[in-house]
Amino acid sequence: MHDRLRAGLLIAPALAIFLAFFLIPLGYLAVAGGAGGYSAILTEPRFLRSLISTLLVAAATTMITLFISTIMGLFLARVRFRGRSTLLALLTLPLAFPGVVVGYLVIMLAGRQGLIAEVSMALGGDRIVFAYSLAGLLLGYVYFSIPRTLLTLMAAAEKLDPRLEEAARSLGASPFAVLRDVLLPGIAPAMAAAGAICFATATGAFGTAFALASRIDVLPMVIYTEFTLQANLAVAAALSFLLGIATWAVLALARGASGGAAA
Amino acid sequence: MRRGIGFWTGLCFTLLISAFLILPIFASVIAGVTANQFIGISSGFTTRWLLDVWANYGGTVLLSLQIAFATLAITLVLGVPAAYVLARHAGVTARLVEEALVMPLAVPGLATALGLILAYGAVGGLRSSWFFILIGHVIFCLPFMLRAVLAVLLAIDLKRLEEAARACGATWAQRFFGVVVPNIRGGILAGSLMVVTLSLGEFNMTLLLHTPFTRTLPVGLADAYTALRTEMASAYTLIFFALIVPLLSGMQWAVGRMDQHGGSR
Repeated sequence: MHDRLRAGLLIAPALAIFLAFFLIPLGYLAVAGGAGGYSAILTEPRFLRSLISTLLVAAATTMITLFISTIMGLFLARVRFRGRSTLLALLTLPLAFPGVVVGYLVIMLAGRQGLIAEVSMALGGDRIVFAYSLAGLLLGYVYFSIPRTLLTLMAAAEKLDPRLEEAARSLGASPFAVLRDVLLPGIAPAMAAAGAICFATATGAFGTAFALASRIDVLPMVIYTEFTLQANLAVAAALSFLLGIATWAVLALARGASGGAAA
Repeated sequence: MRRGIGFWTGLCFTLLISAFLILPIFASVIAGVTANQFIGISSGFTTRWLLDVWANYGGTVLLSLQIAFATLAITLVLGVPAAYVLARHAGVTARLVEEALVMPLAVPGLATALGLILAYGAVGGLRSSWFFILIGHVIFCLPFMLRAVLAVLLAIDLKRLEEAARACGATWAQRFFGVVVPNIRGGILAGSLMVVTLSLGEFNMTLLLHTPFTRTLPVGLADAYTALRTEMASAYTLIFFALIVPLLSGMQWAVGRMDQHGGSR
């Protein structure tokens, strides 16, 4: 009895803050759209277009990131070479970079005076610049997502029982068959979990798009523009409420599917 | 160990992707101390850009540090007791509360910030004060503190430790501060470094919550990226790296030490 009271008192402050500064604001957000806000989303084609392009960019980001991180994760989890730990430390650096900084790094890479432009000029070709296009945005999202996904997949690959792989190999399975039938199924739950986080992040983040000042109307950019430039509060609120529900649902679904492995 | 073609393709692929992740960081760092980016490093190195940035944007760095440490203090006070309660109680209510407290992780910062403005934007002078940003950062960072501390609490034998202390006649406060907290300090440290790192880099919420008088480091960075010359934008980024990289290394060290500690038990 006494214990329950103390538990309640200890957790009450955190719950109060959550209620006051998260749930109530979310409620305001849901209502502020009004019938006008929600119907505008359905009737104005540019909102629908931005929704579709956002989902496409997020899906492409997820697929590219999973492809790259799976190969790298399996490789780095299973081999040892000199400089491996240094490389791993360097690869986790971008974990702490916010989306804006990632956007700037994309400019350093693929902007007008970027590394790719310099190299392509030095090789006698044209100045290759794609930082401000859809490809640049995609590159930024992939840059942002690789370190996170890689760490999750590496941890999953290290937990795999090496005897399974040896058994398959000694029974005559080709390397491809081992990959398809042993390794990939083994890390599939981690892939689902990491992929969902990747998808949700790419849907909701806008630091990268903001820094690139790209003309691609991803949903967070549209919300920001409607809010600050158009002062169209109803549409901004309706869009961000739907965006919040959508990312929350994607993460909840993935968590259910992967049995709680999703962060 | 025999290294076949598979190893070398894997290595090449890994190095290529690593170059994609790491080279832009170096390019940015070098540009920040290069006298003239257009000419290249042959123009010589200088600290001029760093000093220029500090003169114009030093305030954003200080405000970000202030917000980060205030966020840390609040998330410690709220998060550690909450994690303790969630670790001690196994019931459905506790899981629902945990689920609720980590919900802000799943909702984009932009949506949360817009909600905060709608709900509290007109309350007194809150909108123009740095407390408004602080509220957003606390909501965003609390789940991370909660998770880091909870993970360690669930890994140690909390119940037996507390029972032993209780048998020795320790009061609850003595048990909590004398037994529980020292046993989870690795998790508290990891959570703290994470909170400071996240708060220093938070942009999605802060862009909406800030006013011209409460500009944080990432908001200033975004401004610099669109308005300033490459050298200054890079120098500004370099200052951000100088703050964030030691924190990240500290975090990895703390987590690594925790793993070792847990393994030896």
